[in-house]
Amino acid sequence: MANFETPPLTEFMEVPPVIPGTMEHSSPYIAKPEIQAPLAYPGQLVENWEQKAVFKLGELVKSNRALQVFLDTCVKCGACTDKCHYYLGTSDPKNMPVARQDLLRSVYRRYYTLAGKLFPKLVGARDMTKSVLDEWYSYFHQCSQCRRCSVYCPYGIDTAEVSMAAREIMDSVGQGQKYCNEIIGKVFKIGNNLGLPEPALVNTLEGLEEDVKEATGVDVKFPVDVKGADVLLITPSADFFAEPHIDGLIGYAKVFHQAGISWTLSSYASEAANFSMFIGSRHNLKKQAMRIREAALELGVKRIVVGECGHAWRVAYSFWNTLVGPFDFLDRNYPVPQHICEFTYDLIQKDALRFDKEANDDKVVTFHDSCNVARASRMGSMPGGQFVIPRAVIKASVNKFVDMAPDTIGEATFCCGGGGGLLTDDLLELRVKGSLPRMQALKQVVDEHGVTHVAAICAICKAQFSKILPYYKFPMDMIQSVHGLVSNAIRLDRKEI
Amino acid sequence: MTTVTVIYTALFYAAMLLFVLGVGRKILIYARTPQPLKIPITPAPTTKVGVWVRMAREVVLFESLFKATKWTWLFGWIFHLSLLLAFFRHLRYALSPESFLWPLVNLELVQTAGKYGGYAMLIGLLGLLARRIFVDRVRYISSPSDFLMLILLMAIAGSGLMMTFISHTDIVALKAFTLGLFYFDPQPLPASLFLLVHLGLVALLLIIFPFSKLLHAPGLFFSPTRNQVDNPREQRWTRGWTAENTDTPKPG
Repeated sequence: MANFETPPLTEFMEVPPVIPGTMEHSSPYIAKPEIQAPLAYPGQLVENWEQKAVFKLGELVKSNRALQVFLDTCVKCGACTDKCHYYLGTSDPKNMPVARQDLLRSVYRRYYTLAGKLFPKLVGARDMTKSVLDEWYSYFHQCSQCRRCSVYCPYGIDTAEVSMAAREIMDSVGQGQKYCNEIIGKVFKIGNNLGLPEPALVNTLEGLEEDVKEATGVDVKFPVDVKGADVLLITPSADFFAEPHIDGLIGYAKVFHQAGISWTLSSYASEAANFSMFIGSRHNLKKQAMRIREAALELGVKRIVVGECGHAWRVAYSFWNTLVGPFDFLDRNYPVPQHICEFTYDLIQKDALRFDKEANDDKVVTFHDSCNVARASRMGSMPGGQFVIPRAVIKASVNKFVDMAPDTIGEATFCCGGGGGLLTDDLLELRVKGSLPRMQALKQVVDEHGVTHVAAICAICKAQFSKILPYYKFPMDMIQSVHGLVSNAIRLDRKEI
Repeated sequence: MTTVTVIYTALFYAAMLLFVLGVGRKILIYARTPQPLKIPITPAPTTKVGVWVRMAREVVLFESLFKATKWTWLFGWIFHLSLLLAFFRHLRYALSPESFLWPLVNLELVQTAGKYGGYAMLIGLLGLLARRIFVDRVRYISSPSDFLMLILLMAIAGSGLMMTFISHTDIVALKAFTLGLFYFDPQPLPASLFLLVHLGLVALLLIIFPFSKLLHAPGLFFSPTRNQVDNPREQRWTRGWTAENTDTPKPG
């Protein structure tokens, strides 16, 4: 099938020895000029790109405190070296977070620090050359920006920030990544990552209404572009057609139906994902987010609820208010934005939903904390609510729930291996190997507790799991949407509230 | 006035000047560089007080490092603690007995802890050096400067211990020299080998501080992943490019 070997799952996770160069061949397709254009990036490597890249680096450092502090403060203590799933899965030392940062830090030191200008060898400073660029392109596309390293760094250095900066620099001199940039272009042109135009979207949703009617006998609606609805649902477009994402969408619709709250999708803002974050592109990040504000205003909704998507929730929770706020035109009695899990959880707390948990009795479920939800956002009013609330929603829907090992969930959760703009077939080897720590933890609960399903609240996680589970001899449909479980168990008979 | 005294007096003024200006400049840069987005590593405190507590735990206990690796934490923490103890002990050489801090500095406990802290410092540094040499991952990420930094600190600790336990130096004269520096009234420096080595290396440390990874000390306080309040929904955060005038569509 593929030209690499899937790492074996052993008794427990061991830190592998350093083997230089095992992944230096891994590099995603470079974006063609027509893909770069809609994002306002040069189509190919520009003249004097070395100087321009160095200049851009300086600009970014000057305008971003995180980058400035992170590039100065690393003491090479090694705390992060065994924390990255890509290192654990590949042995390639350049996948150790500090070594990945150093690919860029070495250039920063050479051009922007006294020590690097005077004694480059002594402090590990390097000139910006084509081989450095190639190395950046390879290894900054082996970082899923999951922030796990930052949890363990004594200074909180976040490799995600460094890899976003590196990608932005490469884009600005004309070397973009095809996968991310093509998708961002589709959002600008059509409104979502999939390039699903309005008629197709409407058609899909009508089909879903029929399916649910057939299965349950209840008229659960999937409204789109309904002006004056209470809630605008912003969800990843994968929810419209991919498995198991679509079961989640059906789950949201049933929850809205039972709660009796009017809601709508928007064909203009039919995408929660914002891949511009992955490539560290300010203007595109904002431009994408702006579509959601525009849609909310256009439709005159009172609330915005965000569907199951990890990085989208980070952008929504952490960045929307900053980028496209204030949201003073919305009902401030509710959080803006609100996660679908928060929404469902609130209804459960108010006893407004009823569940037949037996509907999920064929499953023993575990939960995969998605990195951007776990380490870059929150749910509810308490720190750590992002761990409690999705589990509470699952436990309301299933009888048998088991958590994976504590050092692989919560803030220590391992990435699925496909986040950060790497969910593309040209990086399949990386994705399979990078999922090793997660698969290891999963195997443990499968062996010890008979876990049959793993639930997630991220479109990328779900797609990644579907793809790589078979490599580790797990069934592909083991991955579930949290609201897919809700959908199975929720009772649709109207009750008096 | 001996040549040695002239050289060391000049060296210390230069080193202090570079240290204060260099670190001050960096702190200004950190403080003035905007952090455009909210990026705390969550779960994060939702209040400012909570952030102070989080930061205090990082600074005092090295909490994140503890989570990451117990050995590095142990050696690193021992080193930094003994550095603090040594600092308190050394205040005796820089404070006049009239100072309000004097009774504290002169405590038997402070002096003894500082004295034996020197050994702890060496043990901590040796542990960190051993990790750098024997753990393949840490060896891979180490530059020559990373080794030199540890060697420099060990030489400072070692020369200090030599004076404490082997070859005593003229403390009274040394104190006169230090106070002389403060009052811009240069006094002769006792020319003992270990003292000259010790002071020379400390001056070197001060000089390289603003240009090296020693910036982790002020840097930590500015790290957005640790010092930001987790309240982006409740309070709109705008800085730098996110605060620049925008064409956000208005309601109505």
